[in-house]
Amino acid sequence: MSNLSLFLAVFLTGIVLVVAGLGLALLLSPKSFNPQKGEPYECGIPTHGTSWMQFKAGYYLYAILYLMFDVEAIFLFPWATIVRDLGMNGLVSILFFLLILSLGLAYAWRKGVLKWK
Amino acid sequence: MILNYSQPLELSKLTSWIDTALQSALPGFWVLFIELLLVGIALLAAYAVIAIILIYVERKVTAFFQARVGPNRVGKYGIFQTIADVLKILIKEIIQINRVDKFLFFTAPFFMVVASMLTFGVIPFGQGLQAIDFNIGVLYVTAVSSLGIIGVLLAGWSSNNKYSMIGAMRSGAQFVSYELSAGFALMTMVVLSGTMQLGEMVETQRYCWNIFNGHLASLVAFVIYLISGHAETNRGPFDLPEAESELTAGYHTEYSGLQFGFFYLAEYLNMFIIAAIAATVFLGGWMPVQIWGWDAFNQLMWYIPSYVWFFGKVGVLIFFSLWVRWSFPRLRIDQLLNLEWKYLLPINLVNILIMVLIVLSGLTLTDIFGK
Repeated sequence: MSNLSLFLAVFLTGIVLVVAGLGLALLLSPKSFNPQKGEPYECGIPTHGTSWMQFKAGYYLYAILYLMFDVEAIFLFPWATIVRDLGMNGLVSILFFLLILSLGLAYAWRKGVLKWK
Repeated sequence: MILNYSQPLELSKLTSWIDTALQSALPGFWVLFIELLLVGIALLAAYAVIAIILIYVERKVTAFFQARVGPNRVGKYGIFQTIADVLKILIKEIIQINRVDKFLFFTAPFFMVVASMLTFGVIPFGQGLQAIDFNIGVLYVTAVSSLGIIGVLLAGWSSNNKYSMIGAMRSGAQFVSYELSAGFALMTMVVLSGTMQLGEMVETQRYCWNIFNGHLASLVAFVIYLISGHAETNRGPFDLPEAESELTAGYHTEYSGLQFGFFYLAEYLNMFIIAAIAATVFLGGWMPVQIWGWDAFNQLMWYIPSYVWFFGKVGVLIFFSLWVRWSFPRLRIDQLLNLEWKYLLPINLVNILIMVLIVLSGLTLTDIFGK
């Protein structure tokens, strides 16, 4: 069996689990209507306004940093697989790569991005 | 001494028997179809059974750490408690909230469950008991498990609830940060094993588990992976996305009935998956413990079925994770992010280089002692 068909089978299994579960729950569960019930629960008192508003930028900076390192990780994985074959030359080449990567982190650190304000 | 690697109790014989029986009876297309269906059913059954057992175990172990009895009314020792809970959650009403983003609200549980199911599919549960064996297994695991965070963010955003929003944002920052550490820790082991395929990775640990093979560097990577695994599953001291005393319940506050149940399910399965990946990559997966030179002992260990080894290791890791969970106070978000970016990540980068040096200079245990 090819990996792709197996992958699709597992993917569909996940979808089927949720759909079947929700379908069964809709069949079994009681239904009642009440205008109060449709309100967002939040913490028990009526909510003020919408929650879809501007949000703290700190999270965004961490997301940018993550993006930087995650893209690097994609480049590092193939090197990690064949590290024995590449030997010392490979290590020296990747060392420059890691150096630039760490400089990025050092820059962000110095700039105070890692400080939660 | 040449070890006898075939055991009487292996399930791989059953699967190959089913395959040959189907091949002889049916044309090719139907064999493929039925086998895919069987894989799906087997995964679904394993998924449900593991979740049910895990919830029971979690409650009992929690009770043990808090010096109480835990569930003990439904059945002997309360073993049917989880089944009763599942039935209860099935017959609870799924409340329709007025001001939510309906489509995204409905989609979020799909992301959670499908992400954990896709990761679940590549775990080698035992000899020949692996649904998919990608040659980029480790990369696939890190990629697919991070799909779950989309579900969390969708749930928090679509709920139109400020606490959900804060919980989802915290969860997002926490997950993407610790995802890096987990990825780099796994990469350290890829350096050691020289392969990303999970099945092959287990095979390379036949004589020596990875955690011993790479000396201290392996151990550091293992500890980092466990810490980031805890953080990724929002458990232990890192449970601030759903901190019940500040955020009611975080990103799934507005969910009710089975829709909430799926978040709960995915959370428990993620705990299992983290433990399973840790066991596979660091602790030799289904490989029994082997000691160099002790041939009789090694042969004896091989008589224990592979799935017993696998679930034994996973059980130990899960117990450890619960122990950590009930022993440490919750972190603050700045402490959490500092721990990752200022400590774990730099340590991790240095650790990879140390591991590369160990591998290149031939100092791993399998290099020193031979096979």
